Amino acid sequence: MDSDNDNDFCDNVDSGNVSSGDDGDDDFGMEVDLPSSAERQLDADDYQYKVLTTDEIVQHQREIIDDVNLVLKLPTPIMRILLNQFKWDREKLLEKYFDGNIEEFFKDAHVINPFNKAPEAIRQKTTRSQCEECEICFSLLPPDSMTGLECAHRFCLSCWREYLTTKIVAEGLGQTISCAAHGCDILVDDVTVTKLVQDARVRVKYQQLITNSFVECNQLLRWCPSVDCTYAVKVPYAESRRVLCKCGHVFCFACGENWHDPVRCRWLKKWIKKCDDDSETSNWIAANTKECPKCSVTIEKDGGCNHMVCKNQNCKYEFCWVCLSTWEPHGSSWYNCNRYDEDEAKSARDAQEKLRSSLARYLHYYNRYMNHMQSMKFENKLYASVKQKMEEMQQHNMSWIEVQFLKKAVDILCRCRQTLMYTYVFAYYLKKNNQSMIFEDNQKDLESATETLSEYLERDITSENLADIKQKVQDKYRYCEKRCSVLLKHVHEGYDTDWWDYTE
Amino acid sequence: MTAPRRLRKELSDLQENTLKAFRDIKADDDNLLRWTGLIVPDNPPYNKGAFRIEINFPAEYPFKPPKINFKTRIYHPNIDEKGQVCLPIISTENWKPATRTDQVVQALVDLINDPEPEHPLRAELAEEFLKDRKKFVKNAEDYTKKHSEKRPAD
Repeated sequence: MDSDNDNDFCDNVDSGNVSSGDDGDDDFGMEVDLPSSAERQLDADDYQYKVLTTDEIVQHQREIIDDVNLVLKLPTPIMRILLNQFKWDREKLLEKYFDGNIEEFFKDAHVINPFNKAPEAIRQKTTRSQCEECEICFSLLPPDSMTGLECAHRFCLSCWREYLTTKIVAEGLGQTISCAAHGCDILVDDVTVTKLVQDARVRVKYQQLITNSFVECNQLLRWCPSVDCTYAVKVPYAESRRVLCKCGHVFCFACGENWHDPVRCRWLKKWIKKCDDDSETSNWIAANTKECPKCSVTIEKDGGCNHMVCKNQNCKYEFCWVCLSTWEPHGSSWYNCNRYDEDEAKSARDAQEKLRSSLARYLHYYNRYMNHMQSMKFENKLYASVKQKMEEMQQHNMSWIEVQFLKKAVDILCRCRQTLMYTYVFAYYLKKNNQSMIFEDNQKDLESATETLSEYLERDITSENLADIKQKVQDKYRYCEKRCSVLLKHVHEGYDTDWWDYTE
Repeated sequence: MTAPRRLRKELSDLQENTLKAFRDIKADDDNLLRWTGLIVPDNPPYNKGAFRIEINFPAEYPFKPPKINFKTRIYHPNIDEKGQVCLPIISTENWKPATRTDQVVQALVDLINDPEPEHPLRAELAEEFLKDRKKFVKNAEDYTKKHSEKRPAD
């Protein structure tokens, strides 16, 4: 197969660029337009998510309010508060509304029941009097300088403004600011806030806060976690899925981390925490030091002599670095350290062995995980060098479409690396069984194919051997793609049928 | 600035209509934002003494809450050795600008008279309060005798 292709390419080169161009075109027409079945499955299938701009989020908020109001017909600001209290879950809100006591429904949401006319009466009574005292600044003011919510607690406009500004700017509160009266938990609606606060910056901040809380408490929305990105993703149902933001960032909808198939969010979270806790320093300590067999203080061996004296002033235990038993019997024949089988030394060694082997296990997975992560970073450089090569080739004898295979190869390389990276997290928490061994075989296959592909792309391509290597690269990336999809399918099948046992 | 007018009014109101459990209220001569006063609890084991407190109002008062500190040492689950007290009514989340200082002081007096061991600042005292009330009362009485100020004649 390989040699056949090689010949093909040689022929093409010999016969000039006409026929080679044709062949390539056919090939690439397919490659560029149609993603492989595996990719299609991951990207598209029936999961119809949308990327929303901030304006679209605000618009979406409006739609939900209007939608619920088709049924309930309440003032929009009240509906906004109610929905916020129910974390924008309209079904839950409607259920509660029709289910129980209306009076309690509004009380729990910290809203005055709009069907109750009583507060209106109180307010009219107060408006009749000449001057009112603001209970915040203690000034006597004419009624038109005073205002309040449906709860009828009235304060002067400037105190309201000051109060709202403090809550918004200093405390970052949005939809959860309550009336300024002592012991009153009635919430301030957004229309009132916008009416009372004139400062444009405070208003913008308020809008941001309520939009933010809308996205954060809405289970079907998530901000793109990429730095400085202001888009949010809206999904049909919340699940661990790969989503692609308009900014180009790909992440898991459920947890917001980079897309991490095949490992599940729960384990990835545990892993990230573990890696953060076990900092580089503590890794080094565990791998390069021993503990004093007597007082357990951590000891680094800083010279060649195996006669150790614990520097802990309360301990000063003298022991042998090699066998960890007391130094005394070592005497002059210590070079052979024939004390290895002593019970005492054995138990000391066993204890350390256990610690060491669990650390070794962690480091095994951690190193491979980090290695793929590192390589992925280098792959970004590869994009640049590949781009350059693609330009070079086009100046020679190949068309734009013919050279696209290189970019595609790097895309696949990155995807395989990312998958491999997360297979090590998955594997770390996996208990050994027959299926886990199949998984490891899949992992091995994918890893070695990925490394070969990486090598092709990094080293082997020159403008001379291009035609020759093109087929090799294409074969290899197709193989990688296939192995990747086989591995993922196997892990998912395992999730569905409960093959996997975990270590924790 | 809302603070000075409101504080002057609150201070004179408090000085005119004295609370039985809060006496000797003064603002610093040069600083209206710092008050001192004497808490005079009714309930044992604190009813044998009086406790000096300091109230510090922020410049943003009443939009931000005042802080309270005990100047007299007190054996109480909700007040720590430094004199700090955990009083929900003046926490940032609960604070309302319309809450007056007499309401804050009343809440403090209630807390002194009836400790809340569920939200302790001193866990060991809360435990003693719950498990060995007799011992707690005895300790608190001794402590009050030793450290507290004299109660005002009336």
